[in-house]
Amino acid sequence: MANQTNTGNPNVDLAYRRKKNAEEMKHQVISFVLMIALTLVAFFAVGYDQFSHWFSVPFILLLAVVQVAFQLYYFMHMSHKGHELPSLFLYGGVLVAFLTVWAFMTVVWW
Amino acid sequence: MSTVARKKSLIWDYLTTVDHKKIAILYLIAGGFFFLVGGLEALFIRIQLAKPNNDFLVGGLYNQVLTMHGTTMIFLAAMPLVFAMMNAVVPIQIGARDVAFPFLNALGFWLFFFGGVFLNLSWFLGGAPDAGWTSYASLSLESPGHGIDFYVLGLQISGFGTLIGGINFLVTIINMRAPGMTYMRMPMFTWATFVTSALILFAFPPLTVGLIFMMMDRLFGGNFYNPAGGGNTIIWEHLFWIFGHPEVYILVLPAFGIFSEIFATFSKKRLFGYSSMVFATVLIGFLGFMVWAHHMFTVGMGPIANAIFAVATMAIAVPTGIKIFNWLFTMWGGNIRFTTPMLYAVAFIPSFVMGGVTGVMNAAAAADYQYHDSYFVVAHFHYVIVGGVVFALLAGAHYWWPKMFGKMLNETLGKITFWLFFTGFHLTFFIQHFLGLMGMPRRVFTYLPGQGFETGNLISTVGAFFMAAATIVLLVNVVITTAKGQKAEADAWGDGRTLEWAVASPPPEYNFAQTPLVRGLDAFWIEKMEGKKGLTPAEPLGDIHMPNSSILPFVISLGLFIAAFGFMYRTEHSWGLAVGIIGLLITLGSMFLRSVIDDHGFHIHKEEVLEAEKGVKA
Repeated sequence: MANQTNTGNPNVDLAYRRKKNAEEMKHQVISFVLMIALTLVAFFAVGYDQFSHWFSVPFILLLAVVQVAFQLYYFMHMSHKGHELPSLFLYGGVLVAFLTVWAFMTVVWW
Repeated sequence: MSTVARKKSLIWDYLTTVDHKKIAILYLIAGGFFFLVGGLEALFIRIQLAKPNNDFLVGGLYNQVLTMHGTTMIFLAAMPLVFAMMNAVVPIQIGARDVAFPFLNALGFWLFFFGGVFLNLSWFLGGAPDAGWTSYASLSLESPGHGIDFYVLGLQISGFGTLIGGINFLVTIINMRAPGMTYMRMPMFTWATFVTSALILFAFPPLTVGLIFMMMDRLFGGNFYNPAGGGNTIIWEHLFWIFGHPEVYILVLPAFGIFSEIFATFSKKRLFGYSSMVFATVLIGFLGFMVWAHHMFTVGMGPIANAIFAVATMAIAVPTGIKIFNWLFTMWGGNIRFTTPMLYAVAFIPSFVMGGVTGVMNAAAAADYQYHDSYFVVAHFHYVIVGGVVFALLAGAHYWWPKMFGKMLNETLGKITFWLFFTGFHLTFFIQHFLGLMGMPRRVFTYLPGQGFETGNLISTVGAFFMAAATIVLLVNVVITTAKGQKAEADAWGDGRTLEWAVASPPPEYNFAQTPLVRGLDAFWIEKMEGKKGLTPAEPLGDIHMPNSSILPFVISLGLFIAAFGFMYRTEHSWGLAVGIIGLLITLGSMFLRSVIDDHGFHIHKEEVLEAEKGVKA
């Protein structure tokens, strides 16, 4: 079960772990601030009446994708080692869902 | 084992068990029961069609029997029987002491069970569902009475159980393999279970969504499928088949896994082309999601969609062909023993290939306009489901029976079962290809004399009685074996290759006294070839941590069962809504209890393990 870098093992160098944790904290704060900023941008894009829907809808969808990536990689630790299989299943699911939706939008009548 | 067992009545023990081996037995009994029910319905269908203008089951009643035959066989017989095999074998095959979430395992079973009971109670409460197992919205929204409501709510509840079971096996196989059991050393049945569980994870949510829409439409005045209200009836067909096509691979991949084990064991050779088998299994799983619209060629999606889905469908024949040749090459030059499971395995190859060939025929979209809704399609899918899945489940039951119950099924009776079933199967379904090509439609309760359908249908009905006879012989075999069967050894067939044959039959509660060290594919075979009696341990003997049993999975499922009744009768009885809410409260309350009560399990102490192992190893 070597899934976490934080093993709880007292033999692991304490100073090293401190530094690691501080670095991680920094990443989390940065991504948190960025996510709030992105959310504000999204609200602005919808609220600003000079933008057409053809711009704002794809734009906020793009922002949503970026936010999901932040969420997964920084807050849910998918950037750490030992997350190969969750990634495989996530991207597998995304691929299957994408192909299905894509088929609906291009070839299937409904 | 007696030292470990605590004092409990047998029934309470099974109601509360979280042990994967006992849950396997529960799945086997419940799935077996529904298999008999579905089989009886099949017999009724065949009796009605035995002669033209018959009046045994007429009109609406025939529709109900036909719908329940399909629904029962797929959701309540084949699925749980597949889960019975997985639960009985997979944790032991990977060298684990249980599944990752024993509590969820029990919950999965009880949800399936109550969903199945709910669905079948429709027979006694005003009529069963009658829109076919596919329950197309244009038909089912118009169906009077509560039949379709039973279908929607019953399948929703049992679907939750299946989803939970699938996730459980994914986590188990990823995290709980013994040291040395790399992915490419996993037995083929474990691989099949892994891919199947992934398919369940991705395929069941569309069904859940489809059923929720249907529930909204039928019970709460929704308009998802109602064109008059701005909905679209085709959406159900898409959602159903986005689930439904992977579903057939969910059934057949474990069947492939079971046969892979059987071919290797009784040919006394390692499986030919193991890595290509793994590749083919994964590829079939992936392609299974790309082909759902081939069930809907006649809907009018247009030539481009039909062509793309036709080609994608035909592509699946390639990995399946890889598997067929690998099985043949496994037998090639092997030291073959024709035991009962091996007979099923050998008979499976030509039977399944025939189903596959008609599958490719159906996949040709232009030709499908001819086959669609005819008995040709009925013949096709019975050749793959019976010739593939049912053969595998019967083979697996004979193969692993000694492991599950500690006694060998009688081989003579087993072979009689096989020959009766094999003959009956081909007698019933082969002729249906031609009935279909001659124009006999599916799902119609009778036909007129003089159209040339008489002889074919009579032959088909006679075949069905052969299969019924086979099932009776199997039941007799089970009773005789239980009463005075010959006790099975750990390596019951003498040629076991995988880890489950290294532990006692039936295995002790903790499976392995010491977690084994896996040194290659067919781990037990390797040890035997080096002259060792048992497995190489990966850890010293110590206390074993076990989960406590719990009644909560039963109560959670019971709550949903009660709630389903309440919401179904909500509009016509004043007690409906109250009962619905009480049911949900029971479910949520027991989930709350599960969350707040700390349950640390218990330990089986080293001395008890030593005591228990003494009897076995001697």
